Amino acid sequence: MVERQLQITIKPSSSRLLRNIQEKAIEILLFLAACSSVATTIAIIGILVYESITFFREVSLINFLTDTQWSPLFDDAHYGILPLLSGTLVTTTVALSVAVPLGTIAAIYLSEFAPFRFRELIKPCLELLAGIPTVVYGYFALLFVTPLLQNFLWDLPGFNMLSAGIVMGIMIIPYVSSVSEDAMRSVPVQLREGSYAMGATRLQTALKVVFPAAISGITAAYILGISRAVGETMIVAIAAGLQPTLTWNPMNEAATITAYIVSVSLGDLPHGSLEYQTIFAAGLTLVLMTLVLNIFGYFLSRRYREKY
Amino acid sequence: MQQDLQQIKTIIARNKLWQGLFAVVGLLSILVGIVTLITLILDLFIDGLPRLSWQFLISFPSRKPEEAGILAAWVGTILVMIVTAIASIPVGIASGIYLEEYAGKNWLTGLIEINVTNLAGVPSIIYGLLALGLFVYQFNLGESVLTAGLTLALLVLPIVIVTTREALRAIPNSIREAAYAMGASKWQTICDHVLPYSIGSILTGVIIGLSRAVGETAPLITIGALTFIAFLPDPPIKAEFPYISFSWLQAPFTVMPIQMFNWVSRPEPDFQINAAAAGVVLICMTLGMNALAIYLRYRIRKQIKW
Repeated sequence: MVERQLQITIKPSSSRLLRNIQEKAIEILLFLAACSSVATTIAIIGILVYESITFFREVSLINFLTDTQWSPLFDDAHYGILPLLSGTLVTTTVALSVAVPLGTIAAIYLSEFAPFRFRELIKPCLELLAGIPTVVYGYFALLFVTPLLQNFLWDLPGFNMLSAGIVMGIMIIPYVSSVSEDAMRSVPVQLREGSYAMGATRLQTALKVVFPAAISGITAAYILGISRAVGETMIVAIAAGLQPTLTWNPMNEAATITAYIVSVSLGDLPHGSLEYQTIFAAGLTLVLMTLVLNIFGYFLSRRYREKY
Repeated sequence: MQQDLQQIKTIIARNKLWQGLFAVVGLLSILVGIVTLITLILDLFIDGLPRLSWQFLISFPSRKPEEAGILAAWVGTILVMIVTAIASIPVGIASGIYLEEYAGKNWLTGLIEINVTNLAGVPSIIYGLLALGLFVYQFNLGESVLTAGLTLALLVLPIVIVTTREALRAIPNSIREAAYAMGASKWQTICDHVLPYSIGSILTGVIIGLSRAVGETAPLITIGALTFIAFLPDPPIKAEFPYISFSWLQAPFTVMPIQMFNWVSRPEPDFQINAAAAGVVLICMTLGMNALAIYLRYRIRKQIKW
């Protein structure tokens, strides 16, 4: 320390130069690290598009979008994405019809009704739901929820989208509730006070003042939940079966896009074969879906943004 | 007048009733989540605990369910996590520092920020496809521990970046100003003051990120992790010169969630008991890490008095 000070007093110019170079070098290094995320995005798009282009040379896009069968591994190969899309949409719908109402009500309760200590205790507990490995949820859906549902839905098969969707919905609850609770809590307290001053009850304030004021954040939470459900893999791969079928009935067995990718990866995939490329085409479809969702959510939250 | 008062009173009573009803519904909907969590853990423990023994932890998988164990799986998980941590923590913290402390307001910063947010929403299996195309076939890293670690590192990176930024943002500007006033350079300020004060919160985020990586299955199946493996990678430390070996990086591997997935997708009930036992170990690992993170966050919040 003393030495350094001495140096500075003796040769201020050269040490300052050194220091400036060092500072600049560190900044460039940090900048390069920050660019890693851009590089990742470019790599994801690059790989997916590159492999899909070879796929779409063999299979026409119209065929891909309209054929009602997906059986790339059979001799009579069909490449229609619709069965995988229907599986994804059905499981997502079931998951959302569990997660959105429960998550929203939980968020309203936690932000407007619950006492401080209760909230501090419950919030981390709910967040643990998101921390459990999805493989474990798959086990739970297949070996606990399905037998439970079979008690009153007798013709429910062992693999079905219903139990996978329900369990997935419960897994998504914390994503919905946490983000919407944060959004509602950041609504200024004056708005609540104004509402109370008009004689509104807590419930009226929560539903008619706080909820609309926080709607942009709540929409963001829903979009996050949807994109989690669309991309969720292991629960559906374990509990919904791996049979691509075009069906809209949640009681049936079906495969989602993600489950298909997993089931094909489990076999030995020859690099460069058409089967190998199908998983990239399916992956590209998945990325496009989540991208559309993100853009949609972005505009929706901007459209409804409240200014206070 | 009397009648009006009566009307108002009934309206108030009705509103209070609705409010009470909602409070009950709210509590119930929270309970659904909590009860499921408890049921899931109990179900897993009841099924798996009898199978859990020392023998189970130090045996390789086997065709006979009662002889099978998870040795290869937990060793693989630890090795993969080491690579993930080494790759993701420095890069994540560095980009967090850049975005929070250095980046100006321009289109490039905006682009990086949009990217970080978007990457956090990309389904994990897409990272598996990226790794399959890029690491396995372009860089020829093979279906190895190294590939798996790097894949999960990419997955964890957005989490580390976001938590680093939040931790740095929580440091008041007066600390930076005080350091500058003493003649410290920007990097000295960050390195000697901002970073040490925020390292606890950053650590919390890193632990949460790694605990997510421990439970990730899909991307590793995609890159072609084996589901049945009956040997261990080379040990990283050797008795003879040069003492350290990196051949474990190229070794094929399996991890805990894949082992569990393998067992749960077999029809024999005995293997599903094994799956439950593996699930108990897995859930103890991830929930333990989560609990540690929550505890750390709690301690840090109590300690800080700016």
